Amino acid sequence: MPDGPTALQLVFGGDPALYAIVALSLYVSLSAVVLAALLALPLGAFLALTHFPGRTFIVVLINAFMGLPPVVVGLAVYLLLSRSGPLGSLGILFTPKAMIVAQALLVLPIIAALTRQTIEDLWTEYREELTALRVTPARRVATLLWDARFSLVTTLLAGFGRAAAEVGTVMIVGGNIDGFTRTMTTAIALETSKGDLPLAMGLGLVLIVLIVAVNALAWGARRIGEVRAG
Amino acid sequence: MRAPVTDLPLAFEGATLRARGVEIVGNLTLEVVAGAPTVLLGPNGSGKSTLLRLAMGLVRPTAGRVTWGGRPAPDERLAMVFQRPVMLRRSVGANVAFALGRRNEPRIRELLERVGLAALAHRPARRLSGGEQQRLALARALARDPEILFLDEPTASLDPAATKAVEDIVRDVAASGVKIVMATHDIGQARRLAGDIVFLSRGRLVERADAVQFFSLPSSLEAAAFLRGDLVI
Repeated sequence: MPDGPTALQLVFGGDPALYAIVALSLYVSLSAVVLAALLALPLGAFLALTHFPGRTFIVVLINAFMGLPPVVVGLAVYLLLSRSGPLGSLGILFTPKAMIVAQALLVLPIIAALTRQTIEDLWTEYREELTALRVTPARRVATLLWDARFSLVTTLLAGFGRAAAEVGTVMIVGGNIDGFTRTMTTAIALETSKGDLPLAMGLGLVLIVLIVAVNALAWGARRIGEVRAG
Repeated sequence: MRAPVTDLPLAFEGATLRARGVEIVGNLTLEVVAGAPTVLLGPNGSGKSTLLRLAMGLVRPTAGRVTWGGRPAPDERLAMVFQRPVMLRRSVGANVAFALGRRNEPRIRELLERVGLAALAHRPARRLSGGEQQRLALARALARDPEILFLDEPTASLDPAATKAVEDIVRDVAASGVKIVMATHDIGQARRLAGDIVFLSRGRLVERADAVQFFSLPSSLEAAAFLRGDLVI
């Protein structure tokens, strides 16, 4: 093992490079979850409340896409955003924006599928009451999403977990550029391959602590919300 | 006093509901007019709740039809309270605001005062007791300013004190001119509230009579047995 600082020294030593990597990782993963949620929450609710030809196929497809191989998504986004690709003119390949898009695509099926299931279950309970109150379809979606908010926090956490732990996609579309698109997961992969195990372990430690902290914060917010809203 | 009910009579014309080969309500012909509360009486499984759901348009008859003044079920001026009402995951006041469709504080307060829940306006609705939840469901229903209010066994799981509170509100609402149609299997409650009785058994209309006449001299053997306390299945 090479001489140098230990994992804990790196974590607590105020290394600006390490903090930059941590900050970028959080920014990319949280942005991806927000972007995916904006699309997936209404999509999941829509699928839960409507019946149309092909709906079952879409539901099965979204469920299957929860297990999308990240490298395949990375490859698809790479082809879309590469200079000769249909969205190449955007010029965002090898930038954090491309990483956000790729992670959002990975997270979207998870949030949509779990939202659909949650809202479908809640709709079974609410159907007669909302129908008797003559609530419009659009308001049903909003009402069910709001009343399922505490369950949906868990759904968003599942999405965040997927995004934060992801390495293959961001490696392909971000390029793992030092100081620009290097995240904790890509840095861990790189440093491990270089043999710099203390840095890899330090980053791994930070990654786990962050995931636990985000989950703890969300759990606390959920509990406070449940106590207040009943 | 309200304006005269204009969507009545509510008419069931040979209304039948079958589900998975089982007839839940069969060939029901019945007319509900404005006036004193109509109570649907009968044992469990007699079709009382289904009749209310047919009237509200929550289910459609598989044969026959249900009309309101000759028209399909309207979207306005009718409301329903269920045996186990769903409490929206928000405060008591917000539940009423939801039914109102807007945050009208004076109206919310007025409705909550009417059902005796004004002091609990900020409490989470799901934290209320069973009786309080039922009264909130009544406030939500009244927020729709109904001219006809359907009640599906609203006190079935309540203690006597909570039952009395709900019955007092029902009487008050009926006195204000709202037509009440209530399902119950509680003979005492039917005696206390009914203007007329619709007695159902096994999905069929067995007897329709003025409440005083029904309780003093029922014309069907099934109704007589039910009133005696025999097990009518």
